[in-house]
Amino acid sequence: MSQSLANQPALAGMTAAAGLRAAKLNRLRTSDAAFRGMTRGAALGVLLLLGGVIVSLVAGSAPAFRAFGPGFVTAEVWNPVTEQFGALAPITGTLATSLIAMLIAVPIGIMIAFFLTELCPMALRRPIGMAIELLAGVPSIIYGIWGLFVFAPFLQTYVQPYIIATFENIPIFSTIFAGPPYGIGVMTAGLILAIMVLPFVTAISRDVFDSVPPVMKEATYGLGCTTWEVFRSVILPHTRVGVIGGVMLGLGRALGETMAVTFVIGNAHRISGSILAPGTTISASIANEFTEAVGDIYTSSLIALGLILFVITFIVLAAARLMLAQLEKGKK
Amino acid sequence: MKFSKIFLIAATLAATSAGAMAADISGAGATFPYPIYAKWADAYKKETGIGLNYQSIGSGGGIKQIKAKTVTFGASDAPLPGKELDETGLAQFPMVMGAIVPVVNLDGIKPGELVLDGATIAKLYLGEIKKWDDAAIAKLNPGVKLPSTAVALVYRSDGSGTTYNFTYYLSDVSAEWKAKVGTNTAVQWPAGIGAKGNEGVSVNVAQTKGALGYVEYAYAKQNNLTFTKMINKAGKTVMPGSASIQAAAANADWHSQPGYGVILANQPGDSSWPMTAATWILVYKNPSDASAVREALKFFSWAYAKGPKMAEDLDYVPMPKTVSADVHKMWVSEIKDSSGKPVFALTN
Repeated sequence: MSQSLANQPALAGMTAAAGLRAAKLNRLRTSDAAFRGMTRGAALGVLLLLGGVIVSLVAGSAPAFRAFGPGFVTAEVWNPVTEQFGALAPITGTLATSLIAMLIAVPIGIMIAFFLTELCPMALRRPIGMAIELLAGVPSIIYGIWGLFVFAPFLQTYVQPYIIATFENIPIFSTIFAGPPYGIGVMTAGLILAIMVLPFVTAISRDVFDSVPPVMKEATYGLGCTTWEVFRSVILPHTRVGVIGGVMLGLGRALGETMAVTFVIGNAHRISGSILAPGTTISASIANEFTEAVGDIYTSSLIALGLILFVITFIVLAAARLMLAQLEKGKK
Repeated sequence: MKFSKIFLIAATLAATSAGAMAADISGAGATFPYPIYAKWADAYKKETGIGLNYQSIGSGGGIKQIKAKTVTFGASDAPLPGKELDETGLAQFPMVMGAIVPVVNLDGIKPGELVLDGATIAKLYLGEIKKWDDAAIAKLNPGVKLPSTAVALVYRSDGSGTTYNFTYYLSDVSAEWKAKVGTNTAVQWPAGIGAKGNEGVSVNVAQTKGALGYVEYAYAKQNNLTFTKMINKAGKTVMPGSASIQAAAANADWHSQPGYGVILANQPGDSSWPMTAATWILVYKNPSDASAVREALKFFSWAYAKGPKMAEDLDYVPMPKTVSADVHKMWVSEIKDSSGKPVFALTN
């Protein structure tokens, strides 16, 4: 429609030059339309794919939810023999390991990013930056094997006995750090995850810190502010949207990480007050048990775990959006 | 002249493409026998030119795939019950055996030095025995100095035939285990930590003083793990090994279960290793593609006849001759094509 209208003046003008120009414009218009169509197709394709994943997850998990009802989410039992399943232990494990990872990775990641953009000597900037980015490129199975063979024995021999002894007589902490030093467990998984999400937080924070106009920083320094004050009152407020984006990307990885966690978490469908005790996560349970899961309810329960992880990730992303919207409003 | 030539070329092409189609035997299932199936397949291909496409996706996956008829045979570490075999029209037979051995990490204890029995292992895994110098263990090991270390239990976190056979054995010897935990490829463990695969279990056992785990015999042997001896059903102390594993198979009554579905745990016989395990093959009794099943059976027949040496090299244990002869007879009498003729003839 718009095309035929647009063609009108071209048809009216009968000179050769005008005709040539019209033809060229036409060609550009078609190619532009094709490009627009392709980008739209790609974007809609993702939506379609996501819809397909949701549909198959819901359909696959239907038998489990039919059998156990909403109690599936709050039950701790996981017994393939009697076919009684509940998702509470994997959900707790997923949230606990991700929380530990973020508590460690976010402050350290932001500090590294700030050091790299503001304080680091030029000569060191590239090597440290590259090293951080390389961490992101290491496959998760390598982290898993390294965690199992190197990191866990190290924790077991040198760190955990010391932690257990230190907190032995302090209430609450004695529960959180209770138990035999297995080396592997929820805390080890959280630490490995922290190393894995660190590059995401660092790389994105560094990029957004770099985007702060130098004039602003220089002006603040000029007013006599300390480095910490510049960081807290100028750089962070200016870049918080980007930083939160990086944190959320890291959190997304921590929630879904499978192989590295499977190796070091101890894979026990139990909830323990101690973070040194073995636990399990949603993705680790699926990876461990899916291949040999016999029977409809068992398979369906594992798919239901996948659906729950999907929902958790969605809630986290939605919460992040809400938080950002709140921040934007606060600014105005 | 010209026409006949074209016809000849066409016929040759058709023949080769038909040959190529029949060339690969397709199967899927258990991971435990994968190394030996791969080795047999390699040797078989050199001899006959027919290859095997085996996906080791796990027993559960193998059962699903054969039921969906996407493969010619399925492979499982846990036998299907007779009822399920009848409903699906599947024939089942054992292909090769292995064993499960307990492994420990105790100061001053060498491989094959410690003796355990089923009831004690069940109590250990139930968390009832907490220290290695417990009276129940000391009674089985007079003269062995047992440390007062806490027992750290390690189990397979991934669903596996090894866990199935191990928990089957514990259910068989301990009523308490049967009531509280039961038998499956994965169970609700009352205590301990889960590690992925044989390698995960052995690493965790190696790293933790006082650890107890269970792994496949081949894995324990090749990695020099500290395995234990066991007291079998006859009350005799036995070492894990090819002889004791084969003794368990020889003493088993293979016809007591449909589809040779006898779990070799806790078999009678003075020299039988109590935690022996077989792995099974599943094919349709009335296959829609009889020629594919014929090729598969030819391969299995060849493996029974020429495979034992290779199996032993990889620390698997071949099926006794009596069993393989019996399986051949079952093929002839039960696996038929659409016209009712046996798919497999004993002469080929």
